[in-house]
Amino acid sequence: MKILVCISNVPDTTTKIKFAAGNTSIDTAGIQWVINPWDELSLTRALELKDDTSNGIKSVTVIHVGPAASETTIRKALAIGADDAVRVNAEPLDAYYTAAQIAEVVKKEQFDVVFCGIESSDFNGSTVGGMVAEFLGVPSVSAVSGIKFENGQAVLTREIDGGKETVTVSAPCVAIVQKGIAKEPRIAAMRGIMMARSKPVKVFEPVAVEPLTQVVEFEKPAPRAACKYIDAENPRQLIELLQNEAKVI
Amino acid sequence: MSVLVYTENWDGKFKKLSYELVSYAAGVAKMNGTSVTAVSVGRVEEAELKQLGNYGASKIISVTNENLSQLDSQAYAGVIAEVAAKEGSKVIIIANNNTGKAIAPRLSVRLKAGVGSGVSKLPVNHNPFTVYKRTYSGNAFAQLVIKSDIKILTLAQNSFDLVPSSNTATIENYTANVDGSTVKTSVTNVEKQTGKMLLTDADIVISGGRGMKSPDNWSPLVELADLLGGATACSRPVSDEGWRPHGEHTGQTGKIIAPNLYVAVGISGATQHLAGISSSKYIVAINSDKDAPIFESAQYGIVGDALKVLPKLVEAVKE
Ligand SMILES: Cc1cc2nc3c(=O)[nH]c(=O)nc-3n(C[C@H](O)[C@H](O)[C@H](O)COP(=O)(O)OP(=O)(O)OC[C@H]3O[C@@H](n4cnc5c(N)ncnc54)[C@H](O)[C@@H]3O)c2cc1C
Repeated sequence: MKILVCISNVPDTTTKIKFAAGNTSIDTAGIQWVINPWDELSLTRALELKDDTSNGIKSVTVIHVGPAASETTIRKALAIGADDAVRVNAEPLDAYYTAAQIAEVVKKEQFDVVFCGIESSDFNGSTVGGMVAEFLGVPSVSAVSGIKFENGQAVLTREIDGGKETVTVSAPCVAIVQKGIAKEPRIAAMRGIMMARSKPVKVFEPVAVEPLTQVVEFEKPAPRAACKYIDAENPRQLIELLQNEAKVI
Repeated sequence: MSVLVYTENWDGKFKKLSYELVSYAAGVAKMNGTSVTAVSVGRVEEAELKQLGNYGASKIISVTNENLSQLDSQAYAGVIAEVAAKEGSKVIIIANNNTGKAIAPRLSVRLKAGVGSGVSKLPVNHNPFTVYKRTYSGNAFAQLVIKSDIKILTLAQNSFDLVPSSNTATIENYTANVDGSTVKTSVTNVEKQTGKMLLTDADIVISGGRGMKSPDNWSPLVELADLLGGATACSRPVSDEGWRPHGEHTGQTGKIIAPNLYVAVGISGATQHLAGISSSKYIVAINSDKDAPIFESAQYGIVGDALKVLPKLVEAVKE
């Protein structure tokens, strides 16, 4: 079995976002790029599954759609333990475009299970995984917080309102994962970092696809009104304000 | 040409989110001079279906098919695409919850329709079709142009006010073209807690962080939430430590919520935490450190020891 893990690179989650080019893009100066948190967890889980040899996983490959500059992110994933990588040499123009590129690679290279994070912390789209599955015509399970293999099938835990379900599905399939899929992201060890340098990164040129959406302008969130302080000795006043001023209780 | 809205049901019942979706769809329909068709999948009583009219649906397409008793995103997307084609819908509204996130992207590829995900306001512009969406986990917003002929919008929960309407909706039963072989996933077990207010549905949320000091200190916080008819939540380290259940973790990697009132008790206000709660209408911070960043996001603040302040709040609410 071959697993493919989709990796997006995003600004470190503490970055103060600034805009450039008349608010049409993000000012990337000084941004520290990291692997999208969910993708890091899904890579971790894929590697855990491979470590258990009874699962018969031959390889864990990471895929990233992005220009050569994002190769550092790919090397990080290889250092964490992925066997090899694919980079589609293109700006990820929108989710539809990106998913189309990933699906194309899956068709060529024949992966059995594709892992995708539930969202990227930059665009917050929550769409790439499901789109890849639909392009391929294979089943997808979303909001997955656990995955194992049993009797040749993937057994997934799916989060639902106020609970969870167990869902089984046969490969090929796409698992769209979220919190819980792995405890802590695996960290690259020195040996992994050394080995990552010689691991193969295949570069594919993109196929022609028209993106369906385009960001035309970024804005800062509206500032909140200044905080009104209430004396800690008299919290009753807070309740009064919430009742009479904010009218929320 | 109607605006199509997918209204999920929970054991045959709709909830506030369903009505928010229909209200939003009615707002979009008004912009482009059309009407709202709601599509419901699964067994829902006629009287319940009619409720959707009270928020602006003119027509309700009720799909019942045994093969759709569990969510299979591929099959569901297929059915919604079928209905959209039949209705000639150019705009489709879906919730930005787990179900919507499973269906919307598949529908997008099937219909070659661009997705504006997590919207909370009506489209900014009809032509070009422009929506306002949350990006960078709440640190920025974007105006997104959807260029495709058909558009899909996913609406953030608790972000759009209900707009009552006096429509009487007509109901059409629809037999979807789904046989057992279309459904490729099977649900073998369901665990659901019942009777408890869901965090994502709550208008009032009382949330505790590491400043609560120990899992043994939670009773006044829970009591306050109960008294106010709210739900309880927590920061990530609290659920990581096992002080509170994982389902309560809010923030970038946990649940994203938008209650009317969010009370952050002993929570520092890290950006990753704020990413999950910054759309709350009112934020109250209770923190012993007057410089805690949470006060920058709060409208009301108390600088003090949570363990002393909470019991006093409980007292005040009781009176
Ligand atoms: C990739 C990534 C994703 C993350 N995702 C999330 C997420 O989804 N959600 C999340 O919450 N965090 C997330 N975090 C963690 C986040 O960065 C913070 O570490 C976390 O939110 C801090 O939790 P806290 O506020 O409870 O604890 P602390 O930061 O330790 O703050 C405790 C607060 O309690 C106050 N306090 C102490 N004693 C008292 C007292 N007696 N009375 C009143 N106040 C008191 C202190 O002044 C302090 O402000 C993420 C981090 C990373 C790197």
